[in-house]
Amino acid sequence: MNSSLLVQILSLARRSTLRTLRQPAVMVSALVFPMMFYTINAYGLDAATKIPGFPADSYKDFAFAFPLVQASLFGAITAGSDLARDIESGFFDRLSLTPMRPSALLLGMLAGVVALGLIQGVIFLIMGLLFGVDIKSGFPGMLVLILLTVLVSLGFGGIGAMLALRTGSVEAVESAFPLFFVSIFMSSINLPRDLIEADWFRIVATANPISYLVEGLRSLVITGWDAQALALGFGCALAIVVLSLAGASSFLRTRVAR
Amino acid sequence: MGGFFSVAWAVAARQVYKYFANPAFLAPAFFPIFFFVAFAGGLTRVGDVPGFDYAAGYIAFQFVWALLQAVAMGGAFTGFSIAGDFENGFARRLMLAASDRRGIILGYTLASLVRATMTGTLVTVVALIAGMPIIGGFDFFGLIGLAILVNVAATLFGAGIAMLLRTQQAGPVIRTPIFLVLFLAPVFVPLNLLSGWIEILARFNPFTTILGAARGFLAGTPVGVLPAYSIGLGLVVLFALWALYGLRRAEKTGG
Repeated sequence: MNSSLLVQILSLARRSTLRTLRQPAVMVSALVFPMMFYTINAYGLDAATKIPGFPADSYKDFAFAFPLVQASLFGAITAGSDLARDIESGFFDRLSLTPMRPSALLLGMLAGVVALGLIQGVIFLIMGLLFGVDIKSGFPGMLVLILLTVLVSLGFGGIGAMLALRTGSVEAVESAFPLFFVSIFMSSINLPRDLIEADWFRIVATANPISYLVEGLRSLVITGWDAQALALGFGCALAIVVLSLAGASSFLRTRVAR
Repeated sequence: MGGFFSVAWAVAARQVYKYFANPAFLAPAFFPIFFFVAFAGGLTRVGDVPGFDYAAGYIAFQFVWALLQAVAMGGAFTGFSIAGDFENGFARRLMLAASDRRGIILGYTLASLVRATMTGTLVTVVALIAGMPIIGGFDFFGLIGLAILVNVAATLFGAGIAMLLRTQQAGPVIRTPIFLVLFLAPVFVPLNLLSGWIEILARFNPFTTILGAARGFLAGTPVGVLPAYSIGLGLVVLFALWALYGLRRAEKTGG
C-alpha cells in the first residue's frame, strides 16, 4: 500500500468516524440500546442460572457478549447506510472523477467501523466492569475481548459495505437490520447450545456463525482461556471478514465500471 | 353525534383500505413473532427453573407477551400513520372537512383494532403451529379483551404524540416508551423469579398486572382480573384524554 492510498484511506476514515460521532441518534443506537437490552436480559433471565448445567453463576456475566455483538451490528448498519448515502448523493461518483481511488472509500469506511467498534468495545467493557461483570480471563482477556469485538465489527461492516455497494440504497441497507437482529437471537446468545431444548432451534443455532462469535467472546468472561471457543470465534470472525471484503471488493469493481 | 360517527367510519374505512392495499400493514407482527420464536424456541428450559409454575408451559408463557406486544405495536404503527398523514397534508384537509374532529381519533382507533385483529391472529397461528396449548377454554376471551384494551390504549397514546408533533420523526417518541413498558415487565420468567432493579420496576409497571392476568386466562387460572381490566380501562380513558389534547393542539396550529 503506497503512502498516497494510505493518506486517502485515513482522510476518509476520519470523515466516516466524525460523521458517525456527529449523529447523536446513531450514537444512542450504538451505545444505549445494546446496554439497555443487556441489562434487561441480564436481570430478567437471571433465574436461568438455576437450570442444571448452566455454565455461569451470574447471567450478567453470561450475557455480556450480547451488547458487544449487537453494537457491532448497529455499527455495521450505520456504516453501510453512510456508504449507500454517499452513493445516492453522488459523492461516490464525484470521487471517481478525482485521483482518489474508490477502494479508499471502502477501506476508509471500514476503518471508521473499526474505530467505532473499538470505542464501543472499550465503553462496554468499562460499563460491564462497573456493573460487576467478572472477566475470568483477566486483563489480557479484556484485550482479546476487544480485539474479537473489533474483528466482529469489521466483519459486519464488510457485510454492510457489500449491501451498500450492491444496492446503492440506504433503505435497502437499513431494511437488512431485522435480518441481522434475527440472526443474533437465533444463536446461542440466550442459552448455551446444549441447554436449548427445542431441536430445531439448536440446529439453527449450531449452523449460525454468530453462535461461535458469541461463544468465543463469552468464553473469555465466564470460562477464562478456552482454546476451542476462541479458535472457533476468531475463525468465524476472520471468515466473515474475508468473505464480506471479497464480496464488497467485487461489488465495488462492478459499481466503478458502470 | 351523527357527524362524529360518520367521520369515524370514513377515517376507519380509508385506513383499513390502506392496510389491505399494502402488505406492510402486518409489519407490527414481525418483531413479536420473531421474539416469540426466539424466546419460546431458545429458552424452553427456563420453564424448568424451580419456582416457574405456569401451568400452560413456556411456549404459552411467551405467546401472551408476544400477542400483547403485537397489538401494542399495532397501536404504535397507527400513530406512525397519523404522523404521516399530518406530514403529507392529508390530516390538514381531513380536519377542515370533518364536522366533528373527535371522530378522527375514533376512526384511527377502529382501524387500529382491525390491524390488531390481523396481527394478533397471525401471532396466534404461529404459536399454535409451535405447539401452544389453550387450556383455559372460554377464558381465552378474557385474554382477547385485555389485548383489545392494550391496543386501544397504545393507539390513543400514539395518536396523542402524532398529533402533537405532526411529523414522522415522532416515530421513536411513540415506539420507545411502548417498547420499554413491554420489556420492563416479567418477559422471561414470572414476577416471583425476577430479582434486582428489574423486579422493582416490573412491580410498579401497570403492564405487569395486565400480562399476569392475560397469562392466567390462557392457562385457565384467571388471576388479578379486576385490577387488570381496571388498569386497562384506566389507560384507555387517560390516553383518550391525551389524544383529545393532541387534537386540540393540532387544531390550534391549523393542522
